[in-house]
Amino acid sequence: MARTAEGLETAIHKIRALREEYWQNVTVPGSGDDLNQSLEKAGRVADFFELAELMCIDARDRNESCGGHFREEYQTPDGEAQRDDQNYSYVAAWSYRGPDAPPELIKEALEFQYVHPSQRSYK
Amino acid sequence: MKLTLKIWRQKNCKEKGKFVTYAADNVDPEMSMLECLDVLNESLIERGEEPVAFEHDCREGICGSCGFMINGVAHGPERATTVCQLTMRHFKDGEALVIEPWRALAFPLIKDLVVDRGAFDHIIEAGGYISVSTGHAPDGNTLLVGKDTADQAMDAASCIGCGACVAACPNASAALFTGAKIAHLGTLPQGAPERDRRALRMVAQMNAEAFGNCTSIGECTGVCPKEIKLGVIASMNRDYLCASWKKREDTPVDIVPVVEMTAKG
Repeated sequence: MARTAEGLETAIHKIRALREEYWQNVTVPGSGDDLNQSLEKAGRVADFFELAELMCIDARDRNESCGGHFREEYQTPDGEAQRDDQNYSYVAAWSYRGPDAPPELIKEALEFQYVHPSQRSYK
Repeated sequence: MKLTLKIWRQKNCKEKGKFVTYAADNVDPEMSMLECLDVLNESLIERGEEPVAFEHDCREGICGSCGFMINGVAHGPERATTVCQLTMRHFKDGEALVIEPWRALAFPLIKDLVVDRGAFDHIIEAGGYISVSTGHAPDGNTLLVGKDTADQAMDAASCIGCGACVAACPNASAALFTGAKIAHLGTLPQGAPERDRRALRMVAQMNAEAFGNCTSIGECTGVCPKEIKLGVIASMNRDYLCASWKKREDTPVDIVPVVEMTAKG
């Protein structure tokens, strides 16, 4: 699986359009007064829209390739992941700020005492 | 294949329920019973009706969420299966199936085929918990357990708590369930220290809930998807009897985690 900034941008727009359509047109049978399994499912789908969008936002923000996150723009000449530990050696925790505001990035630094991350080649 | 499904519909525990007949015209013999209901529900939603509520989770017979009566038999006509494992090829084309929830006073109805099995949780809770940090796992060879004992405990431990035993029992007794839990923990040496106390407490809780008494009919073990043997009830009765006879009124003291002493004490 490979990602590009352009592809992620397209995905974000598509997810937002789908989410908008969901909130306008979703059909949920029954009411909230009794046990309603359809309502439970609808709530999960709503969560998945938020999660999907955030995954794309995070992937677009991380301008490096690292582990399972492979950005086509950031690769070594022989096609391996090009790390950027100078700028991205952190865990990204995103804070939700409402449906229309962009989430806030909170960086949690990674500290390596014994084994340090390094560029690898599996060839 | 085509089936007629007579399903119990009940909005909640306050309103009266009734059987509603649905025609299932496009049933694949490879579908499970739950998938058959999924397909029915899709068509109900498209028609603007409320889908049939039923519980499900793993859909491979290990979680204990699903379960209802089919033609008066808990989990349907096949032995050792839950309704999620029951495939439609076991029914004949054109057959009518009467589907209704577990009927037991201790399992109040929530909606359609969903009942509240909280009474089972209360019995489990009464058995107690281990909440003390015991450090690393001991070496397996320091505590030898015979194969027959291990198998006995494992057989009892396979109970998934679905409630079919209660639903099948004319007395709505929870003896097979409680027996399985008591036998599972009490058979092994690790569970032996609390064996008496656990049996007394779990049986007391079982009696406090709205279950009936066991009269050794055995329908419970017949419908049990995990084929829990009737012997676990004898095992429970033995543990209960021994514990009562020993008159061990060792009311357990709440165990608090040991806090490491600081330098200051």
